[in-house]
Formats: sequence, structure tokens, C-alpha cells
Amino acid sequence: MYGNDFGAPEEASGGGLLGEVEAAEAALREAAARQRRRVPASDDDLAGFFAEIVEADQKIEPRDWMPEAYRKTLIRQIAQHAHSEIIGMQPEGNWISRAPSLKRKAILLAKVQDEAGHGLYLYAAAETLGISRDELVDLLLNGRQKYSSIFNYPTLTWADVGAIGWLVDGAAIVNQVPLCRCSYGPYARAMIRICKEESFHQRQGYEILHTLAHGTPAQKAMAQDALDRWWYPSLAMFGPPDGESTHSTQSMAWKIKRFSNDELRQRFVDMCVQQAEILGLTIPDPDLRWNDERQAYDFTQPDYDELMRVIKGDGPCNRQRMAHRRQAHADGAWVREAAAAYAAKRAVEKKEKVAA
Amino acid sequence: MTDPSPLWEVFVRARRGLSHTHVGSLHAPDAELALRNARDLYTRRQEGVSIWVVPASAITASSPDEKDAFFDPAADKVYRHPTFYEVPDGVAHL
Amino acid sequence: MNGPFEFTLRLGDDALIAAQRLAEWTTRAPEMEEDIALANIALDQLGAARLLLTYAGELEGAGRDEDALAYLRDDREFRNCLLVELPNDDFAVTMAKLLLLSAYQLPLYTALAECADERLAAIGSKTRKESAYHLDHAALWVKRLGDGTEESHRRMQAAVEQVWPYAAELFAPDPGAPVDPAALRAEFDATVTAVLAEATLTRPESGWAPAGGRDGVHTEHLSYLLAEMQVLHRAHPGAKW
Repeated sequence: MYGNDFGAPEEASGGGLLGEVEAAEAALREAAARQRRRVPASDDDLAGFFAEIVEADQKIEPRDWMPEAYRKTLIRQIAQHAHSEIIGMQPEGNWISRAPSLKRKAILLAKVQDEAGHGLYLYAAAETLGISRDELVDLLLNGRQKYSSIFNYPTLTWADVGAIGWLVDGAAIVNQVPLCRCSYGPYARAMIRICKEESFHQRQGYEILHTLAHGTPAQKAMAQDALDRWWYPSLAMFGPPDGESTHSTQSMAWKIKRFSNDELRQRFVDMCVQQAEILGLTIPDPDLRWNDERQAYDFTQPDYDELMRVIKGDGPCNRQRMAHRRQAHADGAWVREAAAAYAAKRAVEKKEKVAA
Repeated sequence: MTDPSPLWEVFVRARRGLSHTHVGSLHAPDAELALRNARDLYTRRQEGVSIWVVPASAITASSPDEKDAFFDPAADKVYRHPTFYEVPDGVAHL
Repeated sequence: MNGPFEFTLRLGDDALIAAQRLAEWTTRAPEMEEDIALANIALDQLGAARLLLTYAGELEGAGRDEDALAYLRDDREFRNCLLVELPNDDFAVTMAKLLLLSAYQLPLYTALAECADERLAAIGSKTRKESAYHLDHAALWVKRLGDGTEESHRRMQAAVEQVWPYAAELFAPDPGAPVDPAALRAEFDATVTAVLAEATLTRPESGWAPAGGRDGVHTEHLSYLLAEMQVLHRAHPGAKW
């Protein structure tokens, strides 16, 4: 959901991205069914054993030995991903109360709820690496861990809900589908489940825009305006261009990453062009055109200086998003304390009963 | 001082005739809340499922593979499924 | 056919306004798990509202669908009880409201499942299961807050006192209706009294009993809620979404 750091879609079985997710799931089961070649011969053999598992496309599991840097890289990525899901609820949540039909209201509420669920799956996956959710939440609230820069842009109209579903969730899926093959088991499994759910998210967004684009002139203008504002920030979601990207080589070796930022960005653009045509909307890039030689679209790069500014905290909504999250956390403190106190009282009663 | 909201492992019987399967974990101050949260997070209102929650601290693991989190797909409300949405003819990669 | 229409509209409006308020908690709940739980309850209420309003529109026979009823009526035309339109306030107030609402909706929908009107009976048999869960959830939190810390006990007691008067309106007699709300009072009292007792809370004395929702005379809060809910739909008359 943020600048990608991750692995690769092999050729998919079924059609489209969902097919790739299913192929990844099948590969996971297939790899699991293969006999583990051996157990580590001794403590000196741990690194070799780790390398062998990764090499065989099998999964590293929580209690396996792993290089400390592998653990740290995963914690950083999974946490950032989890934070993105939680903060990402806000821009869309902004329109639940004003959704223009009861059906759309129900869908949007279910979608934002899913994102909370995704955040929790991911926090749980991160916790298997030996860090607690409380610590991760503190790191977010202190600003020491980041979330995807895309959520620092405002949702100004209903069409923005459609644009987020189509473009932002679409970009997220392109980024995330490769993660279904990540070498770390809990993360790969969480991503399989999340990608399946995100496919509904993307389709509902596309459907919203399609309805608007074929509606009244005012609705169509709203849809075009949303595409104009969300296009370049969505391209920026794939992270800085390859020359400036950190964390790459090692992540490739660990099978956390197999495609570069630029490769995935290209893939996303190539997918969107035809989808925009069917919507009847114009991608705001006069230089967008098919390059026969490359068999891909040429396109204008997003403003990476803007991306860096937003990541550093100077996007339109950084302060608002963080203040909202901190407020919710602070307002809920007395409730969490009450639940803990109640549980402690019941535990004491139980002990006394046992003693008696 | 004990953790005010400890970790629980969640097991779900998806259908009659199947055994409980580990689906993931969550935090809750006590078992009753853990069960409630598990229902919302891991079954999203499927009827007729049975859920177990177990304090993660109560699990003794024999081998490296035993404390992971496996997420099975959940059956859900129709609008949670991508096939609920009309995709215009000819749209690819959606 | 004014009778069943009016009755169905009341139930639908209760569910719709309750859903709108509960959905306001999204991204704001005390814990992330609770965010998901409150959204589930809001989705249940919204689902019930859509079934009930659709059916109300059919009973009326004037061509109004669920959206016409939800988005194109003014506050004086809404028939929900006052309880559901009250602001969320803190989590204790929200749980006190949910306790009263679900302790009323559970026996209501259960009775509805047995009524002569097949459509209403079908809706009742679906929604009563959901209400049982809502009641369970509200009771779980009222107990934890009531018997938690000093602060949570104080807040929960204050919340119960704040919303208690609004329960009276729920049970105003309506002998001609498919289910007479007055017949549900005893079960409601038994449920709520037991929960409050276990939560170490004091049940307030009945006295002031605000009402008027069923006649379209609401609190000042409803008009603001509707202004927000309806603004986009009304800005584009006749548009499809």
C-alpha cells in the first residue's frame, strides 16, 4: 500500500489479479505439501537452513531462525502496511455519512470495515516477529513509523470514493499481489486473504466512477475531477524511481521483492489506460501514448519532490490524519482501562473460587 | 503486571463435519471479548460456525511451525465479493 | 392501508437513524476491534432499514423506494423514536443507547416473526438474530464499563440516566399495529434490569418521558443528522448513484 518493496507475480493461472492471488495460494499449498528436505543439523547450520527454505520457495515460519535484518525489514514493511490500512480508513470514512444511496452507504461501510480488519491481520502478522501491537501503534502515533503517503490527500467529493477504489486500491493490489508469494509465511497468508477482499474494493470504486461517468453532466465532471486529482498521487504510491529506491537488493535475495518500483508502476499504467477509456474519462497526461517498441505506454512521471514532501509530513492532510488517530486513541483510553480492570477482577474471582 | 489486552489464538469450525482450524490471532482483555472480536474479525457473520479462542500464552509449541497465523477465506455478504459488481464488457485487469 | 405503512416506516426509520449514528464511530472507536464490531451493528441496522423502507414504500403505493424515503423526507416526516437520533456522545452513552434499543428491538422482531404479514414476518425472523447479537454486545460493554474502573462506572451510570427517559416512547400503545409495542415492555424491563444489576449500576426512576418521534416531532438533533445524510443526494435531483 506504500512504496513497494516486494516480490513478484509469476505467470498467473486464472484471469487478472485475482487469478494471480489464487495462483500464489496454490503455490503456497504446493510448497507446503513438498517434504521438508531436512531439519537444521546443528546451530551452526541455521543460516544455511534458512537460505535453503527460501531457495525452495517454501515459507519461513515465526519460530524459525532468521537473519536479524530479515526480521527488521519485515517488521518495518508489515507495520507500515498495517498503519496504512488503519489511516486509510479516514479519507473514505469521510463519506459514509453522506453516501448518496443506502446501497452505496452499506458498501462503503463494509469496505472501510474491511480495512480495519486488514490492519488487524497485518498487526497480527507483524506480532509473530516479536513486536507487540501496542509498540507498533506507539510508533505510528509518535510519527516514528510511516503510512502510505496517498492517505494524506483529501476526499473532496463522492467521486473521490470511486477514485480511491479504482486507482488507490488498484495500485495497492498491483503492489500487493506479489506479496502473496513473500517468503515469510504469516505475511504471505495475510496478503492472500487481503488481496481477495481488495478485489471487491477496486470493483466497487470502478462501478461508482462508471455510474458517475454515465450520469448527469455534473456527475461526469465530478468523476473527471477526481481522476485529475488522484492520478499522479496514485502513480507515486509505487515509490521513488528505481535509481533512488533503497532496500532493494537484499529484499530481492530474501524473496520479499522481485519487481522494481518502476516495473510495477508501468504495469499499473498499462492496466489503467483501457479501463479509463471504458469509463469515458481522460487520464490527465497529454504525453500518455502507446510505445510499440517497448510494448508499453509512455507516461509522465509523478512529481517525486511532492511525494517526498508528503512523506515528510507536509501533505494536505498529514496533520489531520494523525490528529484524528491520536484523538481516537486518547478518547478510548478509559474504555480500554475499564475492560482491563473488569477482566482483572474476574480473574481474581476465578482464582479465589479455585482456592476455596 | 499482566498484559491488559493479551493475545488470543482463534480457531474456527467453518462447517459441520470439519474440525476447528487456526485462522489467526487477536487482542482482548478477556475470553468473552476475545470470542466476540473473533466473530467480527474472522467470520463476519457467517451463521452456524463454532469458534474457539485460546490465550496465546497457553499454547506450548513442539516445533517451529506451530504458532503461525493462517487466514482462510471467509464467506460474506454479497457486496463483499467482487462478482457482485457490474464490470462493463471488455474491461481487463479488474 | 395507513396502519401497516406507518408501523413499517417507524421500524425502518429507527433502524436507519441508528445505523447513521453508529456509523459515525467508524475510525473513532476505543479499540480497532470495536471499530469493526460497531460497523457490523451499523450494517445490520442499515440492512434492516433497507428491507423495511422498501416494504413501506410498497405498502404506501406511491412509488417511493428506500432512497426516496431516506433522502427526500424532512425531519417532520421521519417517524423514528427520539432515542436513536440522540448524539453518540461518549462510548458509554452509545452503549446505553444500544442496550435500550436492542432490548426493545429483540422482542419486537421476535414478535414480528410470528405476525400475519408474511413480509414483516420474514424481516423479523432475519433481524431478531441480529438484535440478539446487538443486545449481547451492548450488555457486554455495559457490564465492563459499569464494573470496570471508577471513571467508567461514573460515566456508565451517567449515560444510563441520560438516555433512560427516552425508553418510554418505545412502548407507547398501538393496539392496531402488527405488534403492539406496549406488550414488549415487560420483557424489556426484565432484560435491562438484569444487565444493569450485573453491571453494578442503578436503574433510574421513571419520570420525565420525552416523546413525539412517532408523530414527526423530534429533537433538534435530527435535522442536522438528515442535513448531512441527505446533502449529496439532494444536490443532484434525479441522479443515479
